[in-house]
Amino acid sequence: MSLINTVPEMVLTTKIDALLNWTRKSSLWYMLFGLACCAIEMMQTGGPRSDLDRFGMAPRATPRVSDLMIVAGTLTLKMALRTKVLYEQMPDPKYVLSMGSCSNCGGLFQLGYSVCDGVDKVLPVDVYVPGCPPRPEALTEGLMLLQEKMMQEKWLVRSEPSATA
Amino acid sequence: MDIKDIQNNLEERFGAVVGPVEGAGNGNCDAWIEVDADRIADVAAFLKSGPGLEFDCLSNLTGVDYPDKSYIQIVYNLMSYGLRHELTVKANADRERPVCKSVVRVWPAADWLEREVYDLLGVDFTGHGDLRRILLPDDWVGHPLRKDYVEAPEYHGISTVRESMLDIPGRS
Repeated sequence: MSLINTVPEMVLTTKIDALLNWTRKSSLWYMLFGLACCAIEMMQTGGPRSDLDRFGMAPRATPRVSDLMIVAGTLTLKMALRTKVLYEQMPDPKYVLSMGSCSNCGGLFQLGYSVCDGVDKVLPVDVYVPGCPPRPEALTEGLMLLQEKMMQEKWLVRSEPSATA
Repeated sequence: MDIKDIQNNLEERFGAVVGPVEGAGNGNCDAWIEVDADRIADVAAFLKSGPGLEFDCLSNLTGVDYPDKSYIQIVYNLMSYGLRHELTVKANADRERPVCKSVVRVWPAADWLEREVYDLLGVDFTGHGDLRRILLPDDWVGHPLRKDYVEAPEYHGISTVRESMLDIPGRS
């Protein structure tokens, strides 16, 4: 008891958070969500050359076991409704990475009648990766940024939900 | 067979339903024959099986909106594998109430193509049997390839306008 009383409470909380965050960031399972040409670059990123497996990332075919949704490509309004359903099916904690100009803001097709001007109109986005399409290096950097963001999260302290989460 | 021979052949059989050869001297496009929209199915059946015609392949079917001429033009690009000749046929449907006979019975390939023309231009193909939207969602309002189509401000609560971070005049 005396030991616990001498150690400040915050130190203990931070350490467990760091452990939880480290395990979580090292096994980011992402949902296969290729919508357009960005999907080709996403496949390249998952391939042997840039190798997402070294981050513990594995592609999943169902939202129910996924932690991360990589929205890769042009999001049409028809697909936007389905995207929302898929996002709601993912268990918490969940993250969204918007890959490429189209899913960032509509990109080249922004003025098209059928295109949703950015996935952030329907989902909260954690990381935006610019590019048309982004190279595997860019997507990898986006994922590492997401990992940095995850390392700053506090799970044992209940806080107000932030604007993006 | 030459397009003039085809036109003669068709006119002999269908009379005033078939128009003259148009756009023949124009180097920018293929010559075409205009046909009445409510008789296009009969003409199509003859084009497919008629002697010397044998257009067994509908390589494309599309539509164009002409508001100034107040009609929607449906374009059929035909090809014959056996006789190695091609033909462009056009049919005009009234813009206010566009109706055209379906050619699905003649060329099954027309099924999805006519659904696309219905989806984007709103042409009612009579006799199609399964005429519903193919690309856009079923609850979509309007036909976007019409020249006077106005984009809805939102779809299911999703705004279709994005504020530009750059202040470009004329852009929303």
